[in-house]
Amino acid sequence: MNDIADKNTAVPTPAEPATSASPPTDAPTEDVVLRVENMSVDFRTEGGAARAVANANLTVRRGQTVAIVGESGSGKTTLAMAVLGLLASNGSVADGHIWFKDEDLGKVSPQRMAQLRGTELGLVPQDPMTNLDPIMQIGRQVDEGLIDNGLRTRRDARARTVELLDEVGLPDARARAGQYPHEFSGGMRQRALIAMGLSGRPALLVADEPTSALDVTVQRGILDQLSALTEDLGTAVLLITHDLGLAAERADVVVVMYRGDIVEQGPARQVLTAPQHEYTKRLMAAAPSLASRRIEIARERGLEDVLDDALLAPGEETAAESDVLVSVKDVSKVFSIRGNSLFSRSRDFTAVDGVSLDIPRGSTVAVVGESGSGKSTLARMILDIEKPTTGTITFDGGLVGAGGHREQIAYRRRVQPVFQDPYSSLDPLYSVYRAIEEPLRAHSYGDPAARRARVEELADQVALSKGQLQRFPSELSGGQRQRVAIARALALSPELVVCDEAVSALDVVVQAQILQLLAGLQEELGLTYLFITHDLAVVRQIADRVLVMQEGRVVEEGTVDAVFDSPSTDYTRALLDAIPGKDLELAL
Amino acid sequence: MLRLIVQRLLLLIPLLVGLSILLFGWVRALPGGPVQAMLGERYTPEAAAEIEAQLGLDQPLPVQYGKYLLRLLQGDFGTSLQSGRPVLDEFLTRFPATIELTVVALIFAIGIGIPLGYVAARRAGSVVDHSAVVVSLIGVTVPVFFLAFILKYLFAVELGWFPTTGRQSATMVATHPTNFYVLDGLLTAEWDAAWDALVHLILPGIALGTIPLAIVARMTRAAVSEVQNADYVRTARAKGIKPARLRGDHILKNAMLPVVTTIGLQVGLLLSGAVLTETVFAFSGIGSFLADSVFNADYPVMQGFILMIAVVYALVNLIVDVSYGLIDPRLRRQQ
Repeated sequence: MNDIADKNTAVPTPAEPATSASPPTDAPTEDVVLRVENMSVDFRTEGGAARAVANANLTVRRGQTVAIVGESGSGKTTLAMAVLGLLASNGSVADGHIWFKDEDLGKVSPQRMAQLRGTELGLVPQDPMTNLDPIMQIGRQVDEGLIDNGLRTRRDARARTVELLDEVGLPDARARAGQYPHEFSGGMRQRALIAMGLSGRPALLVADEPTSALDVTVQRGILDQLSALTEDLGTAVLLITHDLGLAAERADVVVVMYRGDIVEQGPARQVLTAPQHEYTKRLMAAAPSLASRRIEIARERGLEDVLDDALLAPGEETAAESDVLVSVKDVSKVFSIRGNSLFSRSRDFTAVDGVSLDIPRGSTVAVVGESGSGKSTLARMILDIEKPTTGTITFDGGLVGAGGHREQIAYRRRVQPVFQDPYSSLDPLYSVYRAIEEPLRAHSYGDPAARRARVEELADQVALSKGQLQRFPSELSGGQRQRVAIARALALSPELVVCDEAVSALDVVVQAQILQLLAGLQEELGLTYLFITHDLAVVRQIADRVLVMQEGRVVEEGTVDAVFDSPSTDYTRALLDAIPGKDLELAL
Repeated sequence: MLRLIVQRLLLLIPLLVGLSILLFGWVRALPGGPVQAMLGERYTPEAAAEIEAQLGLDQPLPVQYGKYLLRLLQGDFGTSLQSGRPVLDEFLTRFPATIELTVVALIFAIGIGIPLGYVAARRAGSVVDHSAVVVSLIGVTVPVFFLAFILKYLFAVELGWFPTTGRQSATMVATHPTNFYVLDGLLTAEWDAAWDALVHLILPGIALGTIPLAIVARMTRAAVSEVQNADYVRTARAKGIKPARLRGDHILKNAMLPVVTTIGLQVGLLLSGAVLTETVFAFSGIGSFLADSVFNADYPVMQGFILMIAVVYALVNLIVDVSYGLIDPRLRRQQ
């Protein structure tokens, strides 16, 4: 029993192949909280059973944090949900055991499972925006768990709820408990969810991407809080993440999953510094790190001359010499917020406050900031979707938004957006072909044959196959959809492409592919990019210059290297510090 | 909340003014005008001139409209050409019947539609689910008058379980202080009258409630299917809460948000009068009377009823919006 139990844990010898078992350690077995043995999970689909997790083995000990790392679809969440007995109704544990203390969770009754959840097993789910019941007060959502699990009576549940909310760092917890989710920020919601997950003082907490939906500065505070609490309480944590940096920083043991298999596991530092499996290596290579990777991207594409240029004259040079395509001069945007009643006066809200920037032709300028910093409003003004309240924007010498409808149409041809969410920015009823062709039709480009040729050329440029042109967005992956969005943006041969969080919704591996594609297209077509993002690691990979925005103002500006190496404001420093895995690089 | 209600009531004013202008213009745009319509075959130029002078139709249009509006404000909607009674009285005697019918139809629609939709969604792909789909399809496709005739033939004529027509039996002697017959029976302790009125409501109620039933069932099914897979439902399960609480507080309550809107719209439609159902069952609500007034070219009734139905419709929508705010805190105005 023992040798199976400890098969995959701790202290593997580096010489061994990564996937093989490590020798059992002398750790006492009573410390083991969770032991997954040869577990497989199947989903019933129309095409028969689909195996989502195959022969998984892992062990979580008391007080330990075990991170499962992998891209979406790797089975990491499925594994965790199998442990909690929360698989979708068509999913089931087909094989193996899930030993929690001395019960096999794969075999216990649903009633027993429901008893364990909320007391012995806790969950902190992924997306704080969708995981709270929108029409129930936050406090009641904590109360009901306490009451139904017999931890508190109806009468004294609320007092405990306030304690719990206070414990996770929610300010003014008593009053906050009476509010609804929509009155909370994302970070506060996540804190409330952590309070719920820990309310029954579980022995095992599953934290499924607990902060991936939040801004980096908020992420750090919440992760610190979570770590401190689980340490105090001795809670074992099964941390699900796609973020290697996060895993490196927070976990004792890292488990790497790929297409339903655990391909590698071991102590965090060892897996991340000396990855054995091919996939882990790829994941490492793709993880956006603070090392500038533009040169690497160019090298991968075999653009040696670009590489030479970049190596010979790093930094300012290209930007200083080339002409300016977009010039933003002292632009502000004031929105008036409607008052609560018909008669109350509206308030003014300054989203963008006196921002100036130049985008040299053929370069990439990134605007970084948290949500609410005004970066998207700035992008919308450059796209001529919003009009600036004061200040001017010139494009190639002409004033943006000055002409009539005809000029606006002409401008749209030269400036194209790629938006954040490839799931909602494509019309689900348009085939890929039609989606890419649409701007060509709208701007009366050639005859149908010419358009077909152009669409095929574009598909080729973004590496979409001809067969994929006939598919619909629902049949494509996130990365493929974003390729479609890029092809659509490029259809009219624009000069400026505005990427508003264009890779934020993608997994790191796909993200790297898309960034590589964008870098390649830039060289090939001489494109100019404006990148709007909250992800500093992405900035490092793609941008020449970076502007940091906070509350509508530009607080810092410079070349990427200058800003990253010697940030001059506290805010930028905070943003940089908040990137998970900054220590990872030191370890490498 | 109160502010919302006041705001919406204030918005009613421009709506009603606009509608009154439309109705006013409509009657005057009729071929030959209202006078010819009123006189019909008895039309002579002299008679027309006399009536025009009598009704003030020879005055300029703005003056006429001003007088019309003034009368409306005093509750004077004119006099029915069919009955010679004030339009307002006609409306007030018939509207309770329509309300009673609507209530029965709604109880039928909601009482069956929501459980049916809920069970169908919770057991997607089961027999219940498939039959719910079939029932709701039939519900929305069968013409109301056809359904009404079938029900009447089967359950009233052949089986004799229910009366065929009317609001109460001809032999029933009862007092009607409110004109809500069932309520009247209860208020005056005339139990047999209340029962008699209720029995008269069943078949028309079912006929009228079938379409809303189908719509409510389908909406509930769609909403529950969506909500039961929502992240917060999974999170609630992860908290280990009791199944009854999960179903009631999380799934059903959230699923009711779109259903409440649907029900509200249906209530508005039902209260506007069910012409076909009322006609088949000779049920004297506002629908059948409005239909009669069309055949009889009773313009004051048409004008007045349409205006009052508009008010009812707007008020029902207001109530729906308010109740929506009660269920969904996101829609409550933040102070």
